[in-house]
Amino acid sequence: MLVEILILGRGGQGGATAANIIASAAIMDGLMAQAFPFFGAERRGAPVKAFARISDGRILRHGMFNEVDVLVIMDQGLVRTNYTKEVFVRDGGRIVINSPRDAVVRSESFNLLGKACFYRVDARAIALRNKLVAAGWPLVNTPMLGAFSKATGLIRLESVKKAVVEFFGERVGEVNAIAVDEAFHEVEELT
Amino acid sequence: MVLKSLTGNHAVALAVKMARVNVVAAYPITPQTTIVEKLAEYIDGGELDAVMIRVESEHSALAAAYGSALAGARAFTATSSHGLLYMYEWVNWVSRARVPLVMAVVTRTMGPPWNIWTDHSDYYEQRDTGWIQGFAMDAQEAFDMTLQAFKISEDPRVFLPAMVGLDAFILSHTSMPVEVPEQELVDEWLGARTQGFVIDGSEALIHGALSPPEYTEGFIEDVGKAMEEAVEVVREVDHSFGRTFGRSHGGLVELYKCSDAKYHIVLMGAWAGDAMEAVDALREQGYSIGVVRVRYTRPFPGEELYKALSSSKGVIVVERGVSFGSMGPVFLDLAGNMLKYSRKLPYMRNVIAGVGGVNVTYKDFEYIAKETINYLESGEEPSVIAWYHAR
Repeated sequence: MLVEILILGRGGQGGATAANIIASAAIMDGLMAQAFPFFGAERRGAPVKAFARISDGRILRHGMFNEVDVLVIMDQGLVRTNYTKEVFVRDGGRIVINSPRDAVVRSESFNLLGKACFYRVDARAIALRNKLVAAGWPLVNTPMLGAFSKATGLIRLESVKKAVVEFFGERVGEVNAIAVDEAFHEVEELT
Repeated sequence: MVLKSLTGNHAVALAVKMARVNVVAAYPITPQTTIVEKLAEYIDGGELDAVMIRVESEHSALAAAYGSALAGARAFTATSSHGLLYMYEWVNWVSRARVPLVMAVVTRTMGPPWNIWTDHSDYYEQRDTGWIQGFAMDAQEAFDMTLQAFKISEDPRVFLPAMVGLDAFILSHTSMPVEVPEQELVDEWLGARTQGFVIDGSEALIHGALSPPEYTEGFIEDVGKAMEEAVEVVREVDHSFGRTFGRSHGGLVELYKCSDAKYHIVLMGAWAGDAMEAVDALREQGYSIGVVRVRYTRPFPGEELYKALSSSKGVIVVERGVSFGSMGPVFLDLAGNMLKYSRKLPYMRNVIAGVGGVNVTYKDFEYIAKETINYLESGEEPSVIAWYHAR
């Protein structure tokens, strides 16, 4: 089993951190993992990518990829602008989107190579509710990790929370772990 | 033993910390910077008792590391690409002075055009400097190779500086699981620093003064002799590392699915993993092929490679760099070194790919291998040197 995960977000939303936490949590679960940011210059607010791989065996391949098993969208604006069309989602793929409940998600906005399941969570609302705000932006990356855990079943919720606390330290980590937990329970599959 | 998720650069930094270096001197350059940033954090947080010398250039960075090492300190620096070129005078000085020292080289394409991604030309250009040169494939090996580099460099049979190569981004900035050993075990295995001579003012010593040609010739010949001794030292150190930490990497060369292979891909660096994945797929399709991963280019593993490749039906050396007007440096070294053992060489081909940081995947290796094998099996010989452009 080798799962390739791409996180689409905007510079400053914490996509690279989220990819790293996915890898740490997977390793805690006894899996092998890789995580890396887009290799190049990035700007705050511009569309950016972060990558992760999870496997039950040694991961041999390296480098960025454009065909994925899981696509995480940190900002639904990227769906509206069809930026999501740049990524190919494999058959049986899962797409986890940060969006409010009333927003419409159309499968035409994606490049699907087969069937895909869509999941939605209002990570922005969860971040604001928990006062997770930095430089005026709600911190959506940790709630998206909770949604990722539930939607994919790849990494355990407890491992995500543990990895979050390890990354951010006790004080900030605990608040983020609450956001992870809430998103895990609030994420819904779209039909 | 703890399993940690670390980038290649942070794995190097952690190994340097666990080697208990006394001095770090460095000047920032992408993609090396996060190594020395992490070391600065270790020093600032009291986890590493070392001096961080902030300098105005890479030329001074290596000069400062060299000066400290000369005085008996375990010293480290790291650089990439143009930074490495800027310290070039000192790179040669340190090895000819026979001063043990470790430097990480995070490989990055040289400009122009300006580029921050990996190819191996900056590392290749050091091949005549007299440094031990290793090249890691993943974060675990970057960690292990850095620890081993101190041990090899400080071995009395060697007393040469050692370079640890690792690819920009695909290794340097990629988090992977790394088994981290206990500090006590590292202390015990690595031991205290040894070096040929120390300049600390306690006795009168002339070093680096004008020397007549006949004496100079002897000094230079000795660098070559130490390099020859280093072959056995690299093997021994990897072996004893394996005994202590439960993990070794094959010495100078790693062989992957080679025991029954008719064809061989030879290469070094992170993309060796992608070549291994291609070999897995090719074997399922009935191709008899293996990967020979070069871990050290200096000393060059002539004996290991001759043993692995002498009866090959086709050797494909894939390289992320070329000596303009000639061929890839590993191919040239391989051909020359094979001649030490036999006048009869197997069919060998040199494919230049991934230059300028172009992403080369397992699919590309599959294509390169199939193309070569299909040519050879139909009785034709493909061009000996070719550029492959990954898409």
